[in-house]
Amino acid sequence: MNRFNHLDDIIAAISTPLGIGGIGIVRLSGRGCIELANQLFQGKKSLLEKKSHTLSYGKIVSHGEVIDEALVSVMKAPQTYTKEDIVEINCHGGALVTRRILEAVLNQGARLAEPGEFTKRAFLNGRMDLTQAEAVIDIIHSQTDLSRQAAVNQLEGRLKREVRSLRDDILNMIAKIEAVIDYPEHDVEEETYGNMEQGTLKILEHMEKLLENADRGKIIRDGLETVIVGKPNVGKSSLLNWLLEEERAIVTDIPGTTRDTVEEYINIDGIPVKIVDTAGIRETGDLVEKMGVEKSKAYAEKADLILMMLDSSRPLETEDKEILSFIQGKKTLVLLNKTDLERKLSMEELEQYIPREQLISVSIIKNQGFEELIHGLKELFFSGESVKAEDALFGNTRHKNALFQGKEAMERCLETIRTRMPEDFISMDLQDANRFLGEITGDVADEEIIDRIFTKFCLGK
Amino acid sequence: MKYEAGTIDIAVIGGGHAGCEAALASARMGMKTILFAISLDSIAMMPCNPSIGGSSKGHLVREIDALGGEMGKVIDKTYIQTKMLNTGKGPAVYSLRAQADKIKYQAKMKHTLEKTPNLRVYQGEIAEILMEDDRVSGVVTAAGAIFRCKAVVLCMGTYMQGRCLHGDVIIPSGPNNLMPATQLSQNLKDMGIRLYRFKTGTPARMLRGSLDFDKMQPQYGDENITPFSFDNVAEDIKREQALCWLTYTNENTHQIIRDNLHRSPLFGGVIEGTGPRYCPSIEDKVVRFADKERHQIFIEPEGETTEEMYIQGMSSSLPEDVQIAMYRTIPGLERCEITRFAYAIEYDCIDATQLKLSLEFKDYKGLFSAGQFNGSSGYEEAAAQGLIGGINAARYIQEKEPVILQRSDGYIGVLIDDLISKGSKEPYRMMTSRAEFRLLLRQDNADQRLMPIGHEIGLVSNERYLALQEKERLVALEIERVKSLTIAPHAKTLEILEQYESTPIKSGVKLSDLIKRPELDYEKLAPIDEARPQLPADVREQVNIQIKYEGYIGQQLKQVDQFKKLENRKLPENMDYQSIQGLRIEAKQKLDAIQPTSLGHASRITGVSPADISVLLIYLEQQKRSSRDER
Repeated sequence: MNRFNHLDDIIAAISTPLGIGGIGIVRLSGRGCIELANQLFQGKKSLLEKKSHTLSYGKIVSHGEVIDEALVSVMKAPQTYTKEDIVEINCHGGALVTRRILEAVLNQGARLAEPGEFTKRAFLNGRMDLTQAEAVIDIIHSQTDLSRQAAVNQLEGRLKREVRSLRDDILNMIAKIEAVIDYPEHDVEEETYGNMEQGTLKILEHMEKLLENADRGKIIRDGLETVIVGKPNVGKSSLLNWLLEEERAIVTDIPGTTRDTVEEYINIDGIPVKIVDTAGIRETGDLVEKMGVEKSKAYAEKADLILMMLDSSRPLETEDKEILSFIQGKKTLVLLNKTDLERKLSMEELEQYIPREQLISVSIIKNQGFEELIHGLKELFFSGESVKAEDALFGNTRHKNALFQGKEAMERCLETIRTRMPEDFISMDLQDANRFLGEITGDVADEEIIDRIFTKFCLGK
Repeated sequence: MKYEAGTIDIAVIGGGHAGCEAALASARMGMKTILFAISLDSIAMMPCNPSIGGSSKGHLVREIDALGGEMGKVIDKTYIQTKMLNTGKGPAVYSLRAQADKIKYQAKMKHTLEKTPNLRVYQGEIAEILMEDDRVSGVVTAAGAIFRCKAVVLCMGTYMQGRCLHGDVIIPSGPNNLMPATQLSQNLKDMGIRLYRFKTGTPARMLRGSLDFDKMQPQYGDENITPFSFDNVAEDIKREQALCWLTYTNENTHQIIRDNLHRSPLFGGVIEGTGPRYCPSIEDKVVRFADKERHQIFIEPEGETTEEMYIQGMSSSLPEDVQIAMYRTIPGLERCEITRFAYAIEYDCIDATQLKLSLEFKDYKGLFSAGQFNGSSGYEEAAAQGLIGGINAARYIQEKEPVILQRSDGYIGVLIDDLISKGSKEPYRMMTSRAEFRLLLRQDNADQRLMPIGHEIGLVSNERYLALQEKERLVALEIERVKSLTIAPHAKTLEILEQYESTPIKSGVKLSDLIKRPELDYEKLAPIDEARPQLPADVREQVNIQIKYEGYIGQQLKQVDQFKKLENRKLPENMDYQSIQGLRIEAKQKLDAIQPTSLGHASRITGVSPADISVLLIYLEQQKRSSRDER
């Protein structure tokens, strides 16, 4: 059933284009959305007491953590865009914070809006006139096409494969329970609670890993944890400053509300890059410069991206080789600086460590090679595709949300197993999880459980 | 020679489980009804297993009973063993199953039909349905008798162009060597009705005296029995129960089957029909599950006045000599004497997507269809459809809205919705996993779910209905009491908790919260609930289930709410989906063919996507506003 839109539940989406900086707006629509938003809101007055079409200042708090300060507008039906209650959370933290707020709203029970769904509701609730109906249908279709395009995308393909294998495990558990229920006297071996618990834990572990690694999702949410390595005085701080000062890079400050430090994200053409240990780096840039090989090694262990600086005007030295050997096999871009000078570095030697496509020539002094760097980044993380923040976020928040709900269902399942509830209830939780995951893969549960029962078990009179 | 034989309201064609319920419902609703059967001795015959109920099928029987049908009442009078299955598995899947005395069951049902006012049973094959324009006007028997009528319920089961097969023996036949119906198929085809060819089968029967039960495990019935009918209490129908027996196939059995597969019409390609996955033949089992070392075989008596035993788990279409050899490899069956050989049967049935949810044909007014002829399998599935078909044929004549059960109302709703929306490619068997709201559709609350409908349409008496209302009142009252009663951590309380290894309480706790603990229930806590009123067993059961599973029930109720929103968005009849812009081609074709009644219904059709549903929503809104503008 989750395959189909509900008619008046609470939907939410980021309604500002996912550009950078400025104000981000998370919009909610549907009966009960004011109550929902209020659960995340800390301000002078409860949102429930506010008059329609007013703004309230306060904080958005999720699980005890302040995400951002925000201006929240409450608009009550029917004089709203959708003719339903609407809440808009205006935050000023840029893409990442806006996204966190959206996630908080979704975790609170809202559903991510389908493409064009606000407009669809506006129409269905009589807000727009008849001539606009076709435009609405166009929106629905263009977005469907878009997601079809997304489906051929490699990353999505991988995610779906992973989710299919999860569903496969879940379906097997369901089939086993259902076969016993539907054929009580057949000698189908009943699964023990212990086995079911283990199976559930295994699935949960897999889900958590997937959630963590939901590639794009994670990158856009947390940024690419990046470390700049290179032997001392090779020009690491000038690289950092180059990245920071480069016109195309915009620095987003996120007041870390539970953190004391200020982390900095550099937006490189839509990809948020977080340079490790950069608190206040602009003032004390020489810290980076002085970072030695040992420390680089430690950081490189946990980084998503390693940027290595080499001076192309000098041959490879022992320290360079040492660094090169420990970053082998990691997601690395090697920047060959000083290409404005004569090359002394042996490319053949270098390619023993790092594939050619990960070598990028730059000249920081002459401000050359930035485009190549962006290209290299995309090759490395997005199979060369351009990161349309909106597109990536869209597909991913939806998928992530479904995965998250699937995980919640499996957590309920674990609880059901641990409290030794009858198998029927375990099956209910499993079927919930299966349905949510089906939203990612586009499979419908219906017949597949029954198919599975009869392929796995020999049943019947 | 044709002749005018009279005028009636409703003709029910076929006297199987669907036909019986259809005829009884229609006659009881005041319609002058005739039930036609090829042989009156085959009324309510069980041509396959001698049992009623089982997982999800038991639910159907309870629902039939709640609506005012007959099956539950007859089996309560004629069972020889009864069992509540799945009792360890949660209240939604408790399933009642009874072994029937086939002969008594048939006799009881036939007698009930004969005694029912407005109802006549009539031996004869129907050869033709008479139509005036697109409206039913009568039926003609093979002998030429013309009965004028306003509605017809087709309940022909497996008789249509039936042929029975085992080995190279192929006999045109209905089940159990009865005459097949040979004329009506062509008549229906000529009318433009699409038919499928399905297949099913039955195992051999053997003489009790030739079996050695010492080599088998006895299977007992329940000591505390539960009746099928809400009209009965256990004490009224309690009687001595018969035994069934369990034995197993072995490698020798399988070897014989494998060696002779080429002689099976099923594997030799003689059988064209699609067989059910739900009751595969023993050949199927051995081939498909080659690594399974043994298969269960249940030996069940066919009745108290016969020595024939039913060999459950071994239906087959192998030749007789192979059957004898294979059955005799089984412990306890070494010297078996077969009374009837196993056979497969092929028959015509309809593509049920031609029907509306009321079971009336979309294109023919007054023509209803029910039972195995709609592509289902099982006595219970047939009876459930027969009941709805009979009710709606009567409602059609009464010019009232048809009774349509939703998926959230009962298994009957799921069954009919599945058949009509998806069409079945193989005989359809009811299963609990098909019911998405099964925690709400329990066998214990079928009365609360459906009896009000049965009462409203006139199949459930006032007296019975008042009893239900009283039950509901008592349940509500007791739940309220239990929820407000605080249990103090007295010595006696702690003692009871310890007895069930339940965590001790430190301060006062609501009784309802204790009931919710997995290791406790309403009954177990009786000793610490001194003010508890004396309540009937069925009330106590409801109180326990409704409190214990409150959270889960609440969750499903929410899902039902969401479900109903789409379900309540009705789609007009005869929509021209081809003309709706924005629908994908596949969706247009499917929607056009099936003509769903609501958006919810449309959403369940294979090939209709969420985007198509959005387009339909917008289209409906457009239509609504244009018509408003015109006014």
